[in-house]
Amino acid sequence: MISKKNKLALFNPLSQENPVLVQILGICSTLAVTASLEPAVVMGLSVIVVLALSNVIISLMRNTIPSTIRIIVQLVVVAALVIIVQQFLVAFSYDVSKKLSVFIGLIITNCILMGRLEAFALNNRPWPAFLDGIGNGLGYTIILVIVAFFRELLGSGTLFGFQVIPQWCYDHGYENNGLMILPPMALITCACIIWVHRARNPQLQEK
Amino acid sequence: MTMNKNSNTYQIVYSAILVVLVGTVLALIYMSLKPMQDENIANDKRMQILSALHIAGGDNVKETYEKYIVLDMLVDDKGNVADTTAGVAFNVDMKANSKCDAQSRKLPVLKCKLDDGSTKYVIPVYGAGLWGPIWGFVAVDADGSTVYGANFSHEGETPGLGARIAEEPFQDAFKEKQLFKEGAFKNVEVVKKGQKPSNDGDYVDALTGATITSRGVSDMLAAGLAPYEPFLKKLQEN
Repeated sequence: MISKKNKLALFNPLSQENPVLVQILGICSTLAVTASLEPAVVMGLSVIVVLALSNVIISLMRNTIPSTIRIIVQLVVVAALVIIVQQFLVAFSYDVSKKLSVFIGLIITNCILMGRLEAFALNNRPWPAFLDGIGNGLGYTIILVIVAFFRELLGSGTLFGFQVIPQWCYDHGYENNGLMILPPMALITCACIIWVHRARNPQLQEK
Repeated sequence: MTMNKNSNTYQIVYSAILVVLVGTVLALIYMSLKPMQDENIANDKRMQILSALHIAGGDNVKETYEKYIVLDMLVDDKGNVADTTAGVAFNVDMKANSKCDAQSRKLPVLKCKLDDGSTKYVIPVYGAGLWGPIWGFVAVDADGSTVYGANFSHEGETPGLGARIAEEPFQDAFKEKQLFKEGAFKNVEVVKKGQKPSNDGDYVDALTGATITSRGVSDMLAAGLAPYEPFLKKLQEN
């Protein structure tokens, strides 16, 4: 079940081939939903679910899909899955669905999805495709959570909505950094993570 | 079996089957989740109404709502209470209602009894922001003039700009504003800082960078509250 190749499919996207850090895919949603941890985690989970399922479905269909309309077929599958996720969120987690409203719909346009479908699911069997989906979804989620951690901590002084910076800090003149809440700081945080990541993985550095 | 996957027939049949299949699955899921979604949407509306009354919804929004909202009313254009069937005001579809002409328009009011024994009347309003619909609930004191609280929501106003109408600082500004000045109805206007309202009534500062959404709130209140003038006048006489 877990051959060496499958392990690569699952774990490589976490660091060496991280979709956000190395392939620079899915940046738009990384900027948009990382102002606090909760939507970031839900967004990450939603992408994992959609990515894994669409990878499996496309992989199962891969021998029947006419190559001329494969992009359309991929889009139909992804769009259907995204709508299903959205409906489930409205039914079971209404607050989150309100917060994420637009972004869930935008999973359809998340570059990671089409990228993995084209590059992996179309040429691989369902099980490796499933692992690849989980791996890439996790890789994306990890970055989302790291960015959201710093933005929420420095921007609002909270984590998952709970106050973590004690009141006496504020009493002594500490202030939340309002800039962290705004999208530009997500880009800068993300760039800092890429910097650290490249510094630790010299083979990724472009000459 | 060999089939030319790139023949026109294959492609058309393939896409047709795919679309029908996906459509069926989506329809089934939508149907089975609909009751829960409706419940969530109704609870969200209850939450907004309670928020206009400065009441926290808590874990069981429905229970809290039913505790404080004592009567659903439809009033007529003379200010008389026309209908008090349970849920009659809550279930008014404000979107369709706001498009009706003055005659056929329903005027829903929710009567509430707070912990301190005072009575408030919540009036729903509906209007247009910059990108989509905005709506809200205005709670009025039993004197028929003082605004007790307001809650505004929107579908897709710009985050950080127009979306701030749904935040507390803006909504709190409506507290204690008067809908009547010397017996004449003056809806609360939302005006830019430094400007004066056109009707000499009470006003609230507009949001910086959200001119059109602010104007939308102002117009929504003007159009939404004016038909209630007879009803509010009756409250003042009592």
